[in-house]
Amino acid sequence: MKNRVAIVGAGMTLFRRRMLESPKELSFEATRMALDSAGLELKDIQSVVSGSAPDAFDGMHMKGEYLLDGTGGIGKPNQRVYVGGGTGVFTPIGGWWNVASGMYDTCLCVAEEKMSPLHPHPQYAFWSIFDQILERPLGTTLLWIFSLEMRRYMHKYGIKEEEIASVAVKNKGNAVDHPCAQLGAKITVEDVMNSEPICWPVKRLDVSPPSDGAAAVVLASEKVAKKLTDQPVWLDGVGWTLDSTHWTNRDLAYPEYVEKAAWMAYKMAGIKKPRKEIDVAEVYDPFDYKELHHMEGLQLAAKGEAAKMAVDGVTQRDGDLPVCPSGGLLGVGNPIAAAGMMKICEVFWQLRGEAGKRQVKKDARTGLAQAWGDLMQVGTVAVMRS
Amino acid sequence: MTPGLSTRELMFEAASRAYEDAGINPRKDVQSFICCTEDFWEGISITDEYMPDQLGAVLKPLCTISSDGIVGLATACMHIMSGIADVAVVESHSKISDVLNPDEVSSFALDPIYDHHVNADPRFVAGLEMARFLKESGTKREYCAQVAVKNKKNALLNPRGVHGANLDKKAVLSSKVAASPLTELESSKTIDGSIVFVLASAQKARKLGNNTVWINGIGWSSDTPWLEDRDMAKAAYAEQSASRAYKMAGVRNPATYFDLAEVDDTYSYKELQSLEALKLAAKGKAGKMVESGTFDRDGRLPVNASGGSLGVGHMLEATGLHRMLEAVLQLREQAGRLQLPKVKKAVVQSWRGIPTATGAVAVLGN
Amino acid sequence: MKEGKYLDVVYKFEPKYSWAAGVAISRFLAELKEGRIIARKCMNCERILVPPRMYCEQCFRPTDEWVQIKDTGTINTYSVSHVGTDARRLKTPILVAVVDLDGATPGMGILHNLGEVEPSKIKVGMKVKSVWKSSSERQGAITDIRYFRPTGEE
Repeated sequence: MKNRVAIVGAGMTLFRRRMLESPKELSFEATRMALDSAGLELKDIQSVVSGSAPDAFDGMHMKGEYLLDGTGGIGKPNQRVYVGGGTGVFTPIGGWWNVASGMYDTCLCVAEEKMSPLHPHPQYAFWSIFDQILERPLGTTLLWIFSLEMRRYMHKYGIKEEEIASVAVKNKGNAVDHPCAQLGAKITVEDVMNSEPICWPVKRLDVSPPSDGAAAVVLASEKVAKKLTDQPVWLDGVGWTLDSTHWTNRDLAYPEYVEKAAWMAYKMAGIKKPRKEIDVAEVYDPFDYKELHHMEGLQLAAKGEAAKMAVDGVTQRDGDLPVCPSGGLLGVGNPIAAAGMMKICEVFWQLRGEAGKRQVKKDARTGLAQAWGDLMQVGTVAVMRS
Repeated sequence: MTPGLSTRELMFEAASRAYEDAGINPRKDVQSFICCTEDFWEGISITDEYMPDQLGAVLKPLCTISSDGIVGLATACMHIMSGIADVAVVESHSKISDVLNPDEVSSFALDPIYDHHVNADPRFVAGLEMARFLKESGTKREYCAQVAVKNKKNALLNPRGVHGANLDKKAVLSSKVAASPLTELESSKTIDGSIVFVLASAQKARKLGNNTVWINGIGWSSDTPWLEDRDMAKAAYAEQSASRAYKMAGVRNPATYFDLAEVDDTYSYKELQSLEALKLAAKGKAGKMVESGTFDRDGRLPVNASGGSLGVGHMLEATGLHRMLEAVLQLREQAGRLQLPKVKKAVVQSWRGIPTATGAVAVLGN
Repeated sequence: MKEGKYLDVVYKFEPKYSWAAGVAISRFLAELKEGRIIARKCMNCERILVPPRMYCEQCFRPTDEWVQIKDTGTINTYSVSHVGTDARRLKTPILVAVVDLDGATPGMGILHNLGEVEPSKIKVGMKVKSVWKSSSERQGAITDIRYFRPTGEE
């Protein structure tokens, strides 16, 4: 690879069901915090990458243009990247290519999401992700594809709902220590099992909430990073993959697209044995079973084995492979694009020992953040090193 | 218009032709695919869901850049320059025939609190800009009409020239008002189409063969999204993009450097405004130069010899790629009846359309 | 949180579309109107693809011929949905499944509803058959099939 790229600053807003700030204001808050943490001003930034998932939430066309003053993009080269839910981890990947290509020395990456404007419920926007002719007439909702996948995953590997529920317990519990968290709480497996079925086998406490929020990071080339900080976090591996549109033609039990994206990132970072070499992982968890599903795609667990790791405590903060020490989407909240970026911020703070009460027990040197998106199609992976 | 084909089938056709031309197999030879789309033009949320199959990108890196096609090309360049790809594919399309109320969609790009309440054809933004530009630059109204005359006439030679016509200034000026002072014949019409480009690193390009066109410089930029804050007389985004692209390509005297220019002519006045922003004409002079024939097909610097968007049609986010296509055909001497002699250096510029102030510039050579 | 009033701007956005179905899906819908399910075959990888498409995404080449397949299949996965499109609770849950269709390459499924079955009795691997609307009711839409019901076979 031509140029090494580092993350030198990070910031995020609160994640809440409804924030009163406008999308521009949310973007500004996150970017201001990121710039402050990097010790930079907007004039030091040479390019901007923004990420925001469906325009449908805001009812705005060309949302990326509208956000420009909040994201700091006026008078600069801007790219809005978009890969559905994978956007949050993909946004800093966009920043990566801006710097690694040699085109720019500094890049501001901001992910923003405001789901609350859509009435009666943000869920409705997801109706339009389905095929207009073959699927929407059936009354589709996003929950369907998750519940169908969860069912298939459980069936193929004989995984029980209780085992899956332990992930929700872990993440919501972890989120109690996250200052921006929307749903941090100490719950039990029984609470999850008793929560109302939404789209069986998915129950209320298995799902992350819709949220508003923004998060941002500042990327810099090696020579600039070394001048700014003695604790750069290197973005050493990036990967992304998109699977076929025809999701009903695939076996949903295993996310092949996550595996391919992961190997692309691992190869770049020189990682050969991910389970051994990754110290901390922020795995995309819009639903509890998804954390397990993705862990297997990421090669952090053998197929069908992630549940056992969770139940055995391996993925707790004091475990051998802490997963979602932040509290994940389940605990912190799920403003689609910002959620993935929140994971990037978390790994950044963990690798610098700045995660406070959430700091994992082991000495974390190599971390991973992953996001998922579309119709069970997108895997985006970032490997970071201190 | 293409009612018989779905968007995906249209893309498959374009991609097949591009891969054939480049001599590559997307399943083996391509490491990155980039699509330039906006959800509301498609009627789908998360458009990239519906992109991979018809491009040969299943289980490969594909992403969407929500911007004009030339920004997609810049992304492909960065992928290649960073070493993550040797060969990258960029696609963009317009399937405007699927959209029943495009003006409604356009209006929703306006600021929801401050601007959207204006209950009018969204082209009112262009009307405001045009009025300001005419005043500040001192350009005569009829010179804008001449742009439409020139481009529509050029399009008659273009097999893609859907909106070519033989008109005079009077006809243009007396056509129905779109958004005063802009008339309908000065406002490009949207058409369907899909365009695919294959880019490669220098090393790979040499292996793949001849007829390569080089991107020597590329730049993209955005001015403020606030209509109220903007200096509407200038195309600041074009100035900024051009300055970056020229720097990269080592262009010091843009006015005399190029053999061909494909610049934004979404609206007639835009061509003049863009030419001045790109320093292809001195401030306030572009109108006179169009009038005197400097920018005609047989002029000193042919501008929009293809017919541009006024003569061929506007293609939403694919418009930038359309102009690239026209320039590339010229540079490869494959432009047929449109072919100009001795084209070695071209500049291509795009704008994302109202109400944005975002655009890109590419400097090409053969 | 400070006490005070904030301004809300409320509006409706109704973009309207009429999507061209294209060659493949137009034929698929026309066949549904006749009470049949049609697929496409790629001679190179020999897969029989449903929903049909004019290009094979694995081989990246045009597909070669139309193939009539059955309206029976196997449940690949299913779910019981208690919420509607806008997250409101439903009185009667919707049963949804991915049904792998007989006659297509194994694993080629389509999304559809299930009916005439108790949610607790549904199993992955269950054999099902389409229940069609009457020929006068069919319009050339995916809803020409009302739902899939168990055949009772193991």
